[in-house]
Amino acid sequence: MPVSATPSPNRPVSLALWAAITSLGVFALFTLASARGESVNALWLVTAAVCVYLIGYRFYSRFIAERVLRLDASRRTPAHRRNDGLDYVPTDRYVLFGHHFAAIAGAGPLVGPVLAAQMGYLPATLWLLAGVVFAGAVQDLVVLFISTRRDGRSLGDLIKTEMGAVPGVIAMFGILTIMVILLAVLALVVVKALADSPWGAFTVIATLPIAVLMGVYGRYIRPGRIGELSAIGFVLLIVSIVLGRNVAETPALAALFTFKGETLAFMLIGYGFLSSMLPVWLLLAPRDYLATFLKIGTIVSLALGVLFVMPALQMPAVSRFVDGSGPVFSGSLFPFLFITIACGAVSGFHSLVASGTTPKMIADESQIRFIGYGAMLMESFVAIMALIAAGVLEPGVYFAMNSAPAVIGATPEQAAQTISSWGFAIAPEALTQIAAQVGEKTVLSRTGGAPTLAVGMAKILSNAIGGSAAMAFWYHFAILFEALFILTTIDAGTRVARFMIQDLLGTFAPALRRTRSWSVHLAATALAATGWGYFLYQGVIDPLGGINTLWPLFGIANQMLAAIALTLCTVVLFRMKREAFALVTLAPTLWLAVCTLTAGAEKLFHANPKIGFLAHAARFQEATGKGQILAPAKTMGEMQRVVFNDYVDAALSAVFIALVVSMLIYGAIAIRAALRAETVTTKEVGDELHDLRVARA
Amino acid sequence: MNCTICGLPALDLRRLGAKLREGANLMVGQPDYDVYVAHRQTRHADQPIMTREEFFLERQASRFGEGGRRALRCC
Repeated sequence: MPVSATPSPNRPVSLALWAAITSLGVFALFTLASARGESVNALWLVTAAVCVYLIGYRFYSRFIAERVLRLDASRRTPAHRRNDGLDYVPTDRYVLFGHHFAAIAGAGPLVGPVLAAQMGYLPATLWLLAGVVFAGAVQDLVVLFISTRRDGRSLGDLIKTEMGAVPGVIAMFGILTIMVILLAVLALVVVKALADSPWGAFTVIATLPIAVLMGVYGRYIRPGRIGELSAIGFVLLIVSIVLGRNVAETPALAALFTFKGETLAFMLIGYGFLSSMLPVWLLLAPRDYLATFLKIGTIVSLALGVLFVMPALQMPAVSRFVDGSGPVFSGSLFPFLFITIACGAVSGFHSLVASGTTPKMIADESQIRFIGYGAMLMESFVAIMALIAAGVLEPGVYFAMNSAPAVIGATPEQAAQTISSWGFAIAPEALTQIAAQVGEKTVLSRTGGAPTLAVGMAKILSNAIGGSAAMAFWYHFAILFEALFILTTIDAGTRVARFMIQDLLGTFAPALRRTRSWSVHLAATALAATGWGYFLYQGVIDPLGGINTLWPLFGIANQMLAAIALTLCTVVLFRMKREAFALVTLAPTLWLAVCTLTAGAEKLFHANPKIGFLAHAARFQEATGKGQILAPAKTMGEMQRVVFNDYVDAALSAVFIALVVSMLIYGAIAIRAALRAETVTTKEVGDELHDLRVARA
Repeated sequence: MNCTICGLPALDLRRLGAKLREGANLMVGQPDYDVYVAHRQTRHADQPIMTREEFFLERQASRFGEGGRRALRCC
């Protein structure tokens, strides 16, 4: 029986309802787009987003589920066929939705939109909405479908069986590079948020003993009481935020917890290396509980805060920086807006989750639509919230926080003057005042998105609870919440990167794969930690703030992975002989390929040294030849290091381009073969009983 | 009794609480213990069943441990 929603008993009512939702959505989008000069209430943004999601879910996802994939509720899923009560368990769809959402939503949808806000809120909104409906949610849905029909196998495995061994290895390599860049950029976000912030650094460091305490409690005192130990941890976290203020206000203690970016970078690399070797129950698991619950709680409270406070957007709809001259990230709207916002619109990383634990718990194929497509819409909504948090700040404050010192200077006076000259009038006092309100010495050049989001959230939440006196608390709460789950990602990610390195090396030397040898373990972990650590350190010493260089690389990597996953989806559609519907996945594949290839090529060859790595290297090399030293370098040795780093980044861009192009070629070969074949060639892992029934019928 | 507009079941607070709890546990990689026990009893009655504590530790280790990619978290 094909899936179908229960036929509406009242067709005219349903029709009127959808007409109303459509007109409301159109009106909201029109209100957002036509704002010139006057500020728009954030509720219009929420309304537009919700209407688009409802329409996308009701019509497009249903079309994909029923016509393109033909989800079959009578087919037994891996959760039933391989039920073991552990990994493979038929699970209630709402419970599984929560699991899947918690696994896909991390720091990405919170950071990208904040950075993209430099072009105004409108371009970011339009890409978030169009991207999620036609690309992101489609990818999640189709990958989840493909994996569910193949015993919940992983993306790398799926590519290997459907496209061949070579594309399989290429994809594994792509996944590893995105992992490394992801960890580096997330660590950089933490460094930027905690540098010179004794309050923030204290509370984040306090999470270590708190997590260990929780871990011991959950292992020896009351094993398995997740609720209890999370409650204890949560209370201690709040206490540490409150105590953090005293630390910051006591000079001797403040000095102890004031760290430079470089120091923090080395602390994080050491932390990533050591913590990924510890037993998981001690630090990783308990902090994962805190991070997960805090994330869900914070997202819900932010949503409630926006609905309750109804803040106005201060950011213009479209800013002058669509031309690519903006201070937050360099490069014009196309392709860099579509690179900067990955998560929330389309995120390749989700293809790993959708081919991970979730497909093993799907109770009924028809639920794939709700979980795959629905959870991604939810993540997009989180990204909209982040955009709102950035948009409620005065643009002057936003640019002061997100521009590097090399651009706006190091004092509030210089910063206010520069930013006012861009057309975003701001007084130096306003900048010092906001710093005092959030309990920091300065908010200048706190790049990376997290602090901006934190100030925006503090502004919204303090309006709801506590008034301006509570702003500092909410700011540090938001910083802590982001740092907490980024640290969890670093810890878990370093482990995963180690497994990947061992797996990848294992394809060439099988002895390295499933070994318990400590030396292999140690070497692979060290390789993983130095891999992301290298890019982190490079980002920290970058005069343009690092985010400028690293975030586009991360965005390209993430979109590249999405292009790879969508290529697989397209190939599978052709092999299923559903080529009539191939555009559903082919169109987003091609769009992402165009974006990543253009961005990759611009990062390589653009003549502007702010965008092109080679142009930047050439500039420094030329200066070195003349014996000049350019900032940030202070010595000739540093000049050479800048050039070297540029070449590493350029090589990485080239690798991304090569990955995308080779996957497209392999995809085209597989599609040609599928078209020539007379029958369905896809390799589903069958439900034999079902096949028998179909054959008889 | 299902809602005529959205097709969702009408609100049942106790059931909602249980589902929220189950959802919160699964978010951090802990499936339902009772379901596991029921499964072992019906399908593998002759084999030993882990206690609640053993089950918790086994799931925790498998979420993050050797080969464990279950804690993979996006961006």
